[in-house]
Amino acid sequence: MNAARPERLWRRTVIGIPYFWLLAFFLAPFAIVLRISFSDPIIAQPPFTPFCDPAQGLYLTADNYRFLTEDDLYWVSYLKSIRIAAVSTLLCLLIGYPMAYGIARARGAWRNILLLLVILPFWTSFLLRVYAWMGMLSGHGVLNQALLGMGLIEQPLKILYTDFAVYLGIVYSYLPFMILPLYATLERLDGDLLDAAADLGGRPRQVFFDVTLPVSLPGVVAGGLLVFIPALGEFVIPALLGGLDTMMIGKTLYDEFFINRDWPLASAVATVLVLILLVPIMLFQRISQADAGARR
Amino acid sequence: MQESDNNQFRNPWEDPAAAPFIRIDGLRKEFDGFPAVDGVSLNIYKGELFAILGGSGCGKSTLLRMLAGFEAPTAGQVFIDGVEMTHLPPFARPTNMMFQSYAVFPHYSVADNVAYGLKKEGVGKGEVRARVQEMLELVQLQEFAKRKPRQLSGGQQQRVALARALVKRPKVLLLDEPLAALDKSLRERTQFELMNIQDQLGITFILVTHDQEEAMTLATRIAVMDAGRFVQVGTPTEIYEYPNSRFVADFIGTINLFRCHQRGNDGTAVVACEETGVPIQADLPEAELPDAFDVAVRPEKIRLSRQTPEGEGLTILHGMVEDLAYYGNHSLYRVRTDQGKLVQVSSQNAHRSAELALEWDEQVYLSWPKDCSVVLTQ
Repeated sequence: MNAARPERLWRRTVIGIPYFWLLAFFLAPFAIVLRISFSDPIIAQPPFTPFCDPAQGLYLTADNYRFLTEDDLYWVSYLKSIRIAAVSTLLCLLIGYPMAYGIARARGAWRNILLLLVILPFWTSFLLRVYAWMGMLSGHGVLNQALLGMGLIEQPLKILYTDFAVYLGIVYSYLPFMILPLYATLERLDGDLLDAAADLGGRPRQVFFDVTLPVSLPGVVAGGLLVFIPALGEFVIPALLGGLDTMMIGKTLYDEFFINRDWPLASAVATVLVLILLVPIMLFQRISQADAGARR
Repeated sequence: MQESDNNQFRNPWEDPAAAPFIRIDGLRKEFDGFPAVDGVSLNIYKGELFAILGGSGCGKSTLLRMLAGFEAPTAGQVFIDGVEMTHLPPFARPTNMMFQSYAVFPHYSVADNVAYGLKKEGVGKGEVRARVQEMLELVQLQEFAKRKPRQLSGGQQQRVALARALVKRPKVLLLDEPLAALDKSLRERTQFELMNIQDQLGITFILVTHDQEEAMTLATRIAVMDAGRFVQVGTPTEIYEYPNSRFVADFIGTINLFRCHQRGNDGTAVVACEETGVPIQADLPEAELPDAFDVAVRPEKIRLSRQTPEGEGLTILHGMVEDLAYYGNHSLYRVRTDQGKLVQVSSQNAHRSAELALEWDEQVYLSWPKDCSVVLTQ
């Protein structure tokens, strides 16, 4: 009994630290953002009506949310963000799956080298890498110069400041987040399962779709969310590589906060973004729980 | 089962005119220049339950995987039912395999697992359902058809793997260590189930195992494998009673080995042996014996007695009981001979109170007839 007590204390401490962390640095700030989204903007410091005015009591308004539904700008931004994030995730999956498969099937030494190559870009600043793409894609950038030099085009192509450049930037930046979880599931894929499917009459293509893909589904979902969630709120890439019409929600949010200084409206935009993200996160929870059950 | 009265051979492998069902011819597989299977040839007949027995790394699994089509041979050929299989992919072969890991598809139900092979074959829906049902009944898993593999025990998963491999009615069923992962009581039950199923369906079974007991009880014939080659191929009795080498003798069961150095003076049936002090009576092979060789005697062939035993062609040693272990149905004795050699003896406890209840440190005679001495020249 006496020995159990410090152990229980220790266990509570270990569990308590991450809980405290999430509470203090995630839940509390989010609660503040949520509260601001129900306030009115005023010209003051800070630029919104106080949370609780002793004279007027609690003041709440849904004006910001109403405004979100009235102005097309926000709907367009949300939909465009979802589209860009979804297409980028799909592209990452199509490019990343064969790469992850190849790495998982590679021999020991090769496997480590290939994994290192996947992680290597992280050693350079993300911002720097996006700037590098600007240099490559611009009107007189490396790519256009090469194409002109080869005589394939007469005029420099407009690549920078288009949706295409945004897709390129997002797929490039987030591909490792797709490859690594896929690699993790494919690497522990039981080779006997594939042999068994082939033995029972499965052609290589069928074996892939009947066994490899469904068994690696948890990796597909994990990688998909790791790409989709940050891509949805992405700000730097559309700001630097996108055109004027590449209206992603991250950029809209930035403009509301820093240009218009409308903190309550920006908070409402952020809150809706979180709500949109809750759907895939809950989906992920369900699938990973089913997966954990399958392995028990 | 004999097809006709004038069939003089009880077993197909004894009949030189019988056509083998599976013919393995000079099969060889190298990994990075190292031979895992080093040129083996073998005939297996229809309806056999053939065991390939060997320690880990002897090449037995590689051989099985070549039969299934998972590994391409470096050299040699495989024929099944007269058709060459050597370079056919696994999906095109009339073989199915039961994996040691079971390899049951985790995302399919039990019924879908069993149905998989039939669906790939393009069998109609109604027939698939009927044949899956039939197989699940055979392995007694009818009630589990809708369950996922994770809800089954190891033994049940294995039966799923067996049903899945049998449902396509393969010409040959390959089994990789079929009983290795089961506990003792389940092993014995599964063993008999496998034999019954094989009997019912008449499918030729080839199983790979490292467990000599498993091979002895299940198989019609055994190939003992070492370093990529077959050391001996024969029935369980042949392998046990007439091992052709030290390796086989050592691998199958316990055995006493006596190092011998020269032929007896009379040149016929006596072998001089420093370890026993007295010559060992044995039937010598006709071939020239090497300078040093072993004579092997199984523990249960040796008789213990307090009085000097008498009889023709007996080898008689004297020693002291150093250790004994009572197993109920039989007892094991370790007897130290006067020359210091430790000999293992096992004796059946046929009577409730054995007249010969030997105790520790008792002086005893050991004796065995000469036809129980096996001369090993390899």
